[in-house]
Amino acid sequence: MTNINERNHIAHINTTQEVNIISDGLVAIPMLQLLDTNGEYLSHNPSPLTQESALKILYSMHYTRLLDERMVSAQRQGRISFYLACTGEEAAVVASTAALEPVDMIMSQYREQGALVYRGYTTAQFMNQLFSNKLDPNKGRQMPIHYGDKTLNFMTVSSPLGTQIPQAAGYAFGQKYTGEAALTICYFGEGAASEGDFHAGLNMAAVLNCPTIFFCRNNGYAISTPTAEQFAGDGIASRGIGYGVKTIRVDGNDAMAVFAATQAARKIALAESCPVLIEAMTYRLAAHSTSDDPSGYRSADEEVKWQEKDPIARLQKYCIAQSWLDLEHLDAYITQSRAEILAEVKRAEKEDYASIDDLFADVYAVLPKHLDTQKQSLQAHIKKYPEAYPKTARELL
Amino acid sequence: MAQMNLLQAINNALITAMRADNKVLVLGEDVGHFGGVFRATSHLQEEFGRERCFNTPLVEQGIIGFANGLAAQGCKPVAEIQFGDYIFPAFDQIINETAKFRYRSGGQFDCGGLTIRTPYGGGIAGGHYHSQSPEAFFAHIPGIKVVIPRNPYQAKGLLLSAIREPDPVIFFEPKRLYRAAVGDVPESDYELPLGHADIVQTGSDITLVAWGAQVEIIQEAAQRALGDGISCEVIDLQSILPWDIATVSTSVVKTGRLLINHEAPLTAGFAAEVAAEIQSQCFLSLEAPIMRVCGLDTPYPLVHEKEYMPDALKTYEAIIATMNY
Repeated sequence: MTNINERNHIAHINTTQEVNIISDGLVAIPMLQLLDTNGEYLSHNPSPLTQESALKILYSMHYTRLLDERMVSAQRQGRISFYLACTGEEAAVVASTAALEPVDMIMSQYREQGALVYRGYTTAQFMNQLFSNKLDPNKGRQMPIHYGDKTLNFMTVSSPLGTQIPQAAGYAFGQKYTGEAALTICYFGEGAASEGDFHAGLNMAAVLNCPTIFFCRNNGYAISTPTAEQFAGDGIASRGIGYGVKTIRVDGNDAMAVFAATQAARKIALAESCPVLIEAMTYRLAAHSTSDDPSGYRSADEEVKWQEKDPIARLQKYCIAQSWLDLEHLDAYITQSRAEILAEVKRAEKEDYASIDDLFADVYAVLPKHLDTQKQSLQAHIKKYPEAYPKTARELL
Repeated sequence: MAQMNLLQAINNALITAMRADNKVLVLGEDVGHFGGVFRATSHLQEEFGRERCFNTPLVEQGIIGFANGLAAQGCKPVAEIQFGDYIFPAFDQIINETAKFRYRSGGQFDCGGLTIRTPYGGGIAGGHYHSQSPEAFFAHIPGIKVVIPRNPYQAKGLLLSAIREPDPVIFFEPKRLYRAAVGDVPESDYELPLGHADIVQTGSDITLVAWGAQVEIIQEAAQRALGDGISCEVIDLQSILPWDIATVSTSVVKTGRLLINHEAPLTAGFAAEVAAEIQSQCFLSLEAPIMRVCGLDTPYPLVHEKEYMPDALKTYEAIIATMNY
């Protein structure tokens, strides 16, 4: 411990006789880019991706896009109530997860289904959650897209924005304290970075030496609010430096760069027990959610410009140029995945809902007496008016 | 047995819990080397190191957010919020995260290891921002438990239970008793059950209910009422979520009268919940309306603290009014 008498919080500050007002922009933070939009590799260093890793990322991105297309359409057909697509941001999510180890905890915001795809979450698991049926691990308690899977180290999604950021610092502290060779990655958008929890989380992670990767998907919009109305200054990356957090800015539509950045972040976070902030510059080609219509706040021209930077096409071009990709195999995978999704939609929507016991379970570790009283009272009421409560009446009669 | 004040009992409980389980970690503002502004965490860093007892930056939402993550990972954080009045920046983390972690994940993840300790209540000339009793806000959140001890013995036993409980607990400490309440406390490891009320004194004419620092106030009122030949049953609720409905209703069936006392403002205070439940359970046994003696519906004052407080004299008057109804 530092000797109390030796502490001096201005010891490292030089003095000056000029009135220097430090402005934003003095330090421009560059963006790591390894593939251009034609999939050309731009660096002189060896590529960080092997054929196997590149193809697993590419296939996972394709699956994610397909899943999103099918489920947005299922929502429009009224089969599910809500959906959030990752379209345009697949590289940011999938390639960052690919640079981690399976033991690393993922705390997502809500648009990171690609991370689950990469880790092997099955179509059936996606559908059980999206349809809130009795096989949904959340037991029908959360809206669609609130995935979570303990065996895959993917923390259950929570709607409030940014709450996972200080939690990720704490989780990582626990991993370090208990001697796990693992860290926590925490995803969030640039809008969520305005929340107090962002500032709390980064500061605490830095001060308490937590091996956490804070991964910001700067996708240009928080629902309708563009970044220019969200923050001043040089993006989210500049804030990391202010908190004493090591920081990387990366082209979020470049899977190769995202992989390299996250791999480097993981290495340094574990070796030095410190947080790293990654700001991935990307674009939400999709609407915010199925409740949103982007034509009210951005132009089709703008969307076209970003479609040209499509992250899937970019990595695919690179893989083709390396002669790594068998296009027929990819087509067959896409066809088969589409069929599997359709079949699982049909299955999942026919499943029953969770039991009425699950309405009351898990509030506490053990059902307390007052909740048991409420449960018995509700059951008696449902038995009296079964037609009014069709989801649960059958099991009670 | 040792003589301890409330702070020493809390400190002793923390040491006991940390010695027994290395997953118990203590964090908060100034809790490290300094030992906390009230010294509840004195010497913990000396014995357990900075890894297990550490200062955090000054950010309540961050402390609880961090502690939620730590608990979800499997540790048992005991997070201190320096004053109950400053817990509100962490309200979102408590309501939307701590309390719902297990439920929303279908039991896959939980924050059950978390205990939040915070001093609450008036009587220290603290004005608005060092005196509030916010327990009723937290009693409205399914998924957490809310516990308030009245003396050193209860504090140690209840805090040890709270730390070891599989559910997250908010532990409100009556700060005006920190040094004022002194009593015998076993030096051994013991737990007192959560969700159970304690009958402090049996009686036959009226049931008086309070928790935390107000228990000694209703005891004083009961003593005064005894001079008028009124026999009061005094109950310390100890836990207000979940609370011990059976003990209170059994008592009210016997006495026919109920008075509830708390420091927090009257309107929508926890006494309202107790009154509503007891009237529905004991309607035919009641001889008089249920009486609430509570703080005023004003912000907590400074120079008029004595006027604001639901003191023994106001409680005594309410006992007489109830008896004469």
